[in-house]
Order: sequence, then C-alpha cells, then structure tokens
Amino acid sequence: MRIGVPREIYTGEKRVATTPEVATQLIKLGFDVAVESNAGAAANYSDKAYEAVGCSVVGLDEIWNDSDIVLKVRGPDDEEAARLKSGQTLISFLYPAQNPDLLQKLTERGVTAMAMDSIPRISRAQKVDALSSMANIAGYRAVVEAAQHFGRFFTGQITAAGKVLPAKVLVIGAGVAGLAAIGAAKSMGAIVRSFDTRPEVKEQIESMDAEFLMLDFEDEDGSGEGGYAKVMSEEFIEAEMALFLEQAKEVDIIITTALIPGKPAPRLITAEMVEAMKDGSVIVDLAAEQGGNCELTEPEQVVTHHGVTIIGYTDMPSRLAAQSSQLYATNLRHLLTDLTPEKDGQIVVDMEDEVFRGATVCKDGETTWPPPAPKLSAAPPKKAAPAPAPVVKEEKKRSVAGPVIGMVVAGLALLGLGSVAPASFMNHFTVFVLACFVGYMVIWNVTAALHTPLMSVTNAISSIIIIGALLQISSDVPLIKWVAIGTVLITAVNIFGGFAVTRRMLEMFRK
Amino acid sequence: MFEVNEGIIQVSYIIATILFILALGGLSNQETARRGNWYGIIGMAIALIATFVGDVTQHYEYLIVALLVGGTVGIIAARRVQMTQMPELVAILHSLVGLAAVAVGFANFMDPARLSHYLGVELTIHDIETYLGILIGAVTFSGSVIAFGKLSGRIGGKPLTLPGRHWLNLLLLIASFWFGYEFVVQSAAGGGMQPLIIMTVIALLFGIHMVMAIGGADMPVVVSMLNSYSGWAAAATGFMLGNDLLIVTGALVGSSGAILSYIMCRAMNRKFLSVIAGGFGTSEGTQVAGAEDQGEVAPIEAEETADLLTNAKEVMIIPGYGMAVAQAQHIVYEITKSLRAQGVNVRFGIHPVAGRMPGHMNVLLAEAKVPYDIVYEMDEINDDFPNIDVSIIIGANDIVNPSALTDPDGPIGGMPVLECWKGKVSIVLKRSMATGYAGVQNPLFFLDNTRMLFGDAGDTLDKVFKEL
Repeated sequence: MRIGVPREIYTGEKRVATTPEVATQLIKLGFDVAVESNAGAAANYSDKAYEAVGCSVVGLDEIWNDSDIVLKVRGPDDEEAARLKSGQTLISFLYPAQNPDLLQKLTERGVTAMAMDSIPRISRAQKVDALSSMANIAGYRAVVEAAQHFGRFFTGQITAAGKVLPAKVLVIGAGVAGLAAIGAAKSMGAIVRSFDTRPEVKEQIESMDAEFLMLDFEDEDGSGEGGYAKVMSEEFIEAEMALFLEQAKEVDIIITTALIPGKPAPRLITAEMVEAMKDGSVIVDLAAEQGGNCELTEPEQVVTHHGVTIIGYTDMPSRLAAQSSQLYATNLRHLLTDLTPEKDGQIVVDMEDEVFRGATVCKDGETTWPPPAPKLSAAPPKKAAPAPAPVVKEEKKRSVAGPVIGMVVAGLALLGLGSVAPASFMNHFTVFVLACFVGYMVIWNVTAALHTPLMSVTNAISSIIIIGALLQISSDVPLIKWVAIGTVLITAVNIFGGFAVTRRMLEMFRK
Repeated sequence: MFEVNEGIIQVSYIIATILFILALGGLSNQETARRGNWYGIIGMAIALIATFVGDVTQHYEYLIVALLVGGTVGIIAARRVQMTQMPELVAILHSLVGLAAVAVGFANFMDPARLSHYLGVELTIHDIETYLGILIGAVTFSGSVIAFGKLSGRIGGKPLTLPGRHWLNLLLLIASFWFGYEFVVQSAAGGGMQPLIIMTVIALLFGIHMVMAIGGADMPVVVSMLNSYSGWAAAATGFMLGNDLLIVTGALVGSSGAILSYIMCRAMNRKFLSVIAGGFGTSEGTQVAGAEDQGEVAPIEAEETADLLTNAKEVMIIPGYGMAVAQAQHIVYEITKSLRAQGVNVRFGIHPVAGRMPGHMNVLLAEAKVPYDIVYEMDEINDDFPNIDVSIIIGANDIVNPSALTDPDGPIGGMPVLECWKGKVSIVLKRSMATGYAGVQNPLFFLDNTRMLFGDAGDTLDKVFKEL
C-alpha cells in the first residue's frame, strides 16, 4: 500500500508526520512512501533526505489522489477533508469530541480515520501514545520559553560579583508534560515544587528530586479514569487556591499543565495571584488551548500583566519541530507495525483489538466514536482492591455457623465416647488431647525458615514408635520377634537419619 | 539385668516428653534450633534406654544388630543427601514410620496374650485402636512412597485423575469401615486376621491413589500432611499399647504436620480438601482464557542484567523451584556476596510454598551459606517492594503472578503473592514462556518494567556473575 505524507498547511505548524529515518522502517514493512514536496522543510528534513532513503517526493494532488494511507499531524481542514475519498485511511490528531463536524464529514466520505489522540492509555499502547510524546516536548519547551522571558538565571551561583539565588519554579499538574517540565527546570538548576490532585504521583515527583506540595485532604483522591485527573470538590478547590496564592508570592515561574479530559481547563491562577507575583515573573500556561489555567492567559499570545509575563503558546511541540516530528513519526510507525502483522504493506484494522478500536473514529461510513469504556485504568491495583472484599465477608458469615456445628458434633461424640469407654482409655485420651494442644501452641512459634528442619525432626521423633517394637521383641513367638526386629531396623534408620539430617541442616543456618 | 520398676520408666517417659516439646519449641528461631535438636536426641535416648532396660528381657543381640544396621543406614543417608533432595528424603522417612506402625500393629495383634489381657469393651476399644493404627500407618506408608517417587522424578509429577475418583475414595472409605466392623466381631471370637489384611491392602491402595492425584506444586501440602499422618499413626499405636509417651509424641507430630499443611494451604489460598481431592486445573476453560496474547515481553542479556544490579541500591531475589532444579543457589550467593561488597543491599524474599516442601528454599540458601538474616518471609518484605530497584525472580512463576490479586475468580485468585512488580525493574529468569504449575499465564512477564532473561538459571547467573 502507498503511504502519503502531505505538508502541514495549518498556519505556524512546522511538524511533519514522517521523517527520513522512520520512512526507512515503513518501507521495510512493505509500504511505498510518498512525501509532498517541502513537507519536512520546516522541521529541517529536506526533500533530498527523503529521496535518499527511497521515498518519492511528489506534488499535492498526487499525495491525496494516489495514497491508500494518509499520515498527518493536525486533523485535515475542510479543503483537505474534501480531498479524502472512500477506502483511504487517515491517521492524525483529530480530537473528535471537539470537532464533531469533521468527524461527520470523514464518516460521510467513507474514510477510515484513526485519531492519535484517542489511543487508549494502556501499557501496551504506550509506544503509540503520541499525546504523551507531544506532552513531554511541550513540558520541556515550556521551561525553555520561561527561561527566554525570565530575566535571571535558573541556577543559584556565588560569583565574584555577588550571590545569585536560584529561581523557584512551581509546576501545577504532574502528568507527562508536568514531569518533563520538572526535569528540565531541575536540570537547569532551579528549585522545583509541584502540585497535583492525584496523590499517587507524589512518588514520581519526588523521584525527579522536586518537592511535592501536599494538601491535607485524606479522603479525596483526584485520580479519574485512564490515569487522568477528575473534577474536585469545592472545599478542596478552596484549599488549593489558598495554597497557590501563597506560592505565587514566593515563586518566580509557574508552569501550569492541568487538564481534565473533555472539560475546559480548570481556572487555577486568578488575576489576584498574578498580581501577587514578583515583577519579572513568568507564567507558562500549557492549557491555553483549552481556555487556560490562568485567568489572564490569551491563547497563542504572550501578554504582560502587572510585570508578569504570561505565555499562552498553543504550539509548543511545533516549536521543537524536528524533535516532535521524530517522536510523532515513530509513534505512527509503531501503530503501522501493529496494523501490518504480515509485514507485507497491507494494513488490517482489527476492531477486536483494544488499541485499534479506541483509535478508530470512523470506518466504512459509520462513526465508531466514542469507543466502549477502556478495560484498564493506569492504576489497576486500586480497582482490584474493592473486589475481593465481598468474598471475605461471605467467608466470615459461613465461618460462624461452621465451627459451632463442628464443636457441638465433636462435643456429642466425646460424650458418647466417654459414656462407653473404660477409665484407662479416657486417661490416655486426656493425655492425647492435651498433647495436641501443646503441639498446636508450640508449632505456631516455629519460624517459616525452619519448616524443613521441623519436618525432619518431627519425623525422627515420631519414630518413638520403636518403643512398640521394643515391647514386642522379647516375645517367644518367632514371627512377632522377627517383625519386631524389622521394625527396630527401619525405625532406627529414621531416628538416626532424621536427627542427623536435621543437625546437618541446622549447622548450615548461619548469620 | 537391673531391677527397674514401672515408676522409673514412667518418669523417664515424662522427661523424654518434655525434651521433645523443648525440641519443637527450640525451632522457633535459628539460634535455639541446634539446641532443640539435641533435646530431641537426648529425649529419644532416654526413652530408648528406659524401655530397653525395663521391658526387654531377651533377644538383645538381634536388637543391637538391628539398631546398628538401621542407624548406620540412616546416618549415611543423612550425610549423602543433597539439599535439593530433602523433600524426597523426608518423604521416604515418613514411609518408614508408616511401615513401622503397620508392623507394630500386626505384631501386637498376633500376640496370644492379647485375648487374656483385655475383656469386653476394653477388647473392642483395643481392637479399634489396632485397626486405626494399621490403617493410618498403611496410608502413610504407601502415600509417602508415591510422594517420594514423584519428588525424585521416578513418577511423573502430573496429577493422575481417574474418572469418578471421588466415588472410588468414598468406596474405599466405606469398605474400611465395613472391614473394621468385621474385624472387631471376628477378633472377639479369636479370629480377625483376614479382614485386617484386606483392610491393609485397601489402605495401601487409598494412599497410592490419594497422592497420585496430587500435582507437583501441591507437594508442600502433601509432604506436611504425610508428616502429620505419621504422627497420628504413632499416636494410634500408643493407644493400642497403652503407652502415653507414644500418644504424646504422636499428637505433637500430628498437630505439627497439620499446622504446616494449614499454613501451606493458606499460602496458596486453597482449601485443604480441594488440595487432597487433587487434580488442580481441571477447569480447562480458565486456562484457555488466561493464555490470550498479552503483548510483548522484553528480553534482556546477562551483561545488561549485571549492569542493572551494580547500579541498584536495593535488590530482592525471589527464588522458586527452578532454582532448586538448576542447583543455582551457590552462584546466587556468589552474586549476592559480590553485590553486597559493592554496597548493594541484597535480600531474599521467600514465598511459603516456593519449592516442594515447607521451608525448602531456606534450606537451599542456607546450604549455599546465605546468612539467614537477609532471608525474609513474604509477609516481612512485601511492603518494601516500592523501594526495590531490581527484583530477580529465579525459576518462580505463580508466586509472583499479579493476576492472583487482579483476577479474584482466576485459578490462583486470592493467593498471596510477592508483589515484585511494584519495584522498579523485575528480571525473570526462565527457560521459556511456559506457564507455571497452575497453568495460568503470568501478566508480570508482559509488564513494562519486567525483563526476561531466558535460559538455564545456573548458566545465565554464571554469565551475570562474570559480568559483575
């Protein structure tokens, strides 16, 4: 099949959906790869570089007319959508929730469309997860943009000309982008703090050597489905805002990355907080496209308010075009590899597969979005925890009746035995029952590491049965005598062997 | 010989009893365990001497020869046995106790003094005791022989599941009751040998059938159960002979084995009866469901493993039966020593049912001179896994299977497992991608933080050690 990669026409978009390096791999999978002239120019991939690895460089019309699979970064605009035709497969970011018109158009044209933003967040699909790879770049670039607009060092220094304090950075939302921002800011020498509503990311933040800002809300856990955050309660938000206001007075740079899937970005930084910040401070709002975490953010703009620079760029990945093209192209390549099980250049969209099912938004003239709910959350142990609980309860209920009946039966049996058995037997029986209890008490104290020696020593001790043979060996009946001698022989094996091997084992246990 | 009265013998028996209890109590920790073993030896010696002096009146020469020959055989076996063969040795020693119980029971029954000694109800009770002693002894004997065969590989480890095996067991049980009744009736009239022999044969068959139906990894339960039976056999013999020392010792051993069986069952989250009923994994449906494609595994080489280990701060080693098979415990300790010398905190996490016998892994590690204070039980270290940098799983599978927690209805659902996947990286040493004993696919192998190191554990660890 033929893969076509058009040039991105969205204003300012510098990325490209495949790189020469990745194209080599696609060709190995059995595909023909055609790239529109100048498609990679903005990301520093020349037409020559594509030609060198065996791609054909063609014009706009050829790309759209002759390709079986179209790879793009941004979703198609109206004109591009009109060029698509039935039987073609389109793979790009589509955001079907935000773009219902586009989705309908693609469905009507009979296109099979796979949205890179709808890949389910499961472990197996991580290599295809373009949102994560883009978020990673955005987080890194956010720090670079902040540094660009920040008038001072990030790192602290003591120089001949005086002391320089390190910059303090607050990262709100420790998702992929947040963690990337923490890493980048940290490696530039800043003091980094981070806040997130999901307590389980505390460890991740601390593993990056940043400080986790904790809110004392024991009951509330902000983890929603698929590892994303969810909307929090009012009291929580109030406490959160107080915390941010306090931090705003202290920190030099705030990077916000808070997003809740399918909802406008939460308002976390108010005008009051911005005004509380020191002059020359910088806010980078990575949620600008969804309305911004900061009240004063203007999407795609850099604005200054009260001496604080607020960066609202929505094209952070595009600002690192070569890097993001490479990662995005690799994500696409992984997806295509999985779609081409035979490695013969023919894709098979298996709708039973969770990943393909999640990504495919329309197929054969039917809208297949939204997909059924994902099976796994990013934090599976949590879901597992409530499930076993009812089982335990059930067992407890049963266990009340069981022992009572058992004890009654045992008691009656003992009474019955006592009523007929002679005194001598009952004496022995008393000893037996008491010995069982002693054994029960003693054995529970045995450490698990010594269970094997316990078995060999009890084995040796149980050969006390030799006493029976000793009582019989003096018999005048030859058969009894010989049986007794045989018994002495085998129990002797046991006594000596059992104690000796126990000793040998115990000798080995050394500190 | 000397004139020894009944009182002195009784006192000796009491002393022996106390020493036996101290012997078991001593095993509560490693420091007192050696002393405990000596208590056991002394107790046994006192009991033997007292009986020897008090009750034996003739045939000393045979007795001494039998003791010497048996003792020599026992000591040689104890010296020669490999630590990996311990389960087999324990099983075969159990069978000897069972055999002895059968022999003592028959000899006692053949004693002509019996009928004059007991009368009426006493005779009935005595006969029932004899009968029970032989029954339990015979089951212990044949069951242990089969367990020995399975553990030493002479008999296949697969469970033998005859059609209608539960009915067969029930039939054998009813038959033993019937012959028991026959035996008591005939014995009062002076006969009874015939039903006794038939019952013995039935008990032997029952023992064989019971253990044949149980698979390899359930062996810890079987071995401890047979341990318990050998105790009950001794106790029943004690009732028969009216000897309290035997009763007490038998009861101690019996309850010890019973508790071990219980601990093992709990560690597998299985009911004792369902283990004994045998045939794990008979519900084929779940196996197929678990075998679905779960994604790709990430292989790793020895070189990279060594690299990960040297750069780690906390390492956990989780051994399983595969380590015993590969005899890898010595090289494991070499690696441990080398890493500890570099300041890496290496510890061992032991699952209660790892191996083929309770405490099997501890003995193997002790043999390789691993100090016991870095060997931990599952409950002690399971909470530490989030801090562990590298976990090495050597020849274990089901005991590190996360689906035991995530899939409560699965074949191993609810079984406590070592949660190594909570650490940073888990390295699994395995020969192939085959499933474990329970026939359940292990999702651990497909996790992002799991690396598979394929090959024989001994060889691969050798390579890792060279790279260190």
